[in-house]
Amino acid sequence: MLLPPTPSQTIGPYYGTALPFPGGGDAAPAGHPAAVTLHGHVRDGEGAPVPDGLLEFWQAGPDGSLTGAPGSLRRDGETFTGWARVPTDRDGHYVLRTLLPGGAPYLALCVHARGLDRHLFTRVYVAEPPGDALLAALPADRRATLLARREAGRRNAYRFDVTLQGDGETVFLDWSAGD
Amino acid sequence: MALSEPAPHPAQEQIRPTDSAGASDTAARAVALRAPLRPAVRVPVSVPAAPGTAELTGPVFGTADVGPLDHDLTRQHRGEPVGERIVVAGRVTDRRGRPVRGQLVELWQANAAGRYAHPLDRHPAPLDPHFTGAGRCLTGDDGRYRFVTIRPGAYPLGGSNDAWRAAHLHFSLFGTAFTQRLVTQMYFPGDPLLPDDLIRNAVGAPAARDRLVSALDRTLGEPGRSLGYRWDIVLDGPAATWTEGDR
Ligand SMILES: [Fe+3]
Repeated sequence: MLLPPTPSQTIGPYYGTALPFPGGGDAAPAGHPAAVTLHGHVRDGEGAPVPDGLLEFWQAGPDGSLTGAPGSLRRDGETFTGWARVPTDRDGHYVLRTLLPGGAPYLALCVHARGLDRHLFTRVYVAEPPGDALLAALPADRRATLLARREAGRRNAYRFDVTLQGDGETVFLDWSAGD
Repeated sequence: MALSEPAPHPAQEQIRPTDSAGASDTAARAVALRAPLRPAVRVPVSVPAAPGTAELTGPVFGTADVGPLDHDLTRQHRGEPVGERIVVAGRVTDRRGRPVRGQLVELWQANAAGRYAHPLDRHPAPLDPHFTGAGRCLTGDDGRYRFVTIRPGAYPLGGSNDAWRAAHLHFSLFGTAFTQRLVTQMYFPGDPLLPDDLIRNAVGAPAARDRLVSALDRTLGEPGRSLGYRWDIVLDGPAATWTEGDR
């Protein structure tokens, strides 16, 4: 017997007083030599920027561990907590500074925005691992939407855009267990 | 950083409609152009079965994240906010009823006049200098959370049909797995605006809508000071089920 879940409701336009916090996108400890930048745009079905989106990233540490650590909301500049929260700016752009995950080479991403009844889950692959069960299950023409690109001419920078709707729509994932 | 000084949201200066009609245009555009057209891809069972699947774990929070007064929205400023003081409390569990322990609960809301302390909110109701309307707490070992706040006012959605929101609190919750993430809204029992609230009615099933409504619980309030409302929250997601072969 499973309890019925509490339904999702839209995040609405006013979460900015509560959810974003300073240093939310600075997952990598300050000055860490292995820090990488992951950045990109969030766009709607007409290609217009989404200036009030909120992205949450959860990932393994460089050693592959998924234990995380407290302190994301008041970062101490040294601890890698594995979790980050980044609002998009007026151009729909976000920037995450992080360390590459050990083990499976992806970051789990949860996208929030007003206008959505519930958040969207996806994955950001920083490398394409052979035999990855999720990538293998995707139609070939949509697989690339989950692959971050290394940026030419920029050291340790990756680009990952989120297209919420329409041409090039990002693959979003249904993790529900069903009843 | 104190909750009384919220981080400015970078988007706040971008959309600043000059009137409520502008606000409703922005909202309509978001509803039409942001939802994916394709169904979400159902994750194959072999994915969560694989070791090191990040989504089956999640971020951890602790006393480093949440200060001792962050749960009390009436004590974030020099003076007390205007409005009816309330306590909102309940239990966070997974679908098997197991408590979600030590996890982050975030709350945001309008003030007693139905106005958010947010630059996007153009509703011409007064701001309260003693109310930001944002709080945080951690669930206890039994999954319990508790906030002290004031009852929010109703507010108009803008647009030509004069739709109003029933009084509500916005909640953000984390489970033990990333996929248990929940953002939702809580309502108050007996609110005459409930049957017509467009956002609550976006939840299709009437029984599910009713689970968004709290219950008056006199044992949760502070005698002579505040009434209590109880709202229990059940998180969905594979941590509750997949590991036990339900799928
Ligand atoms: Fe609201």
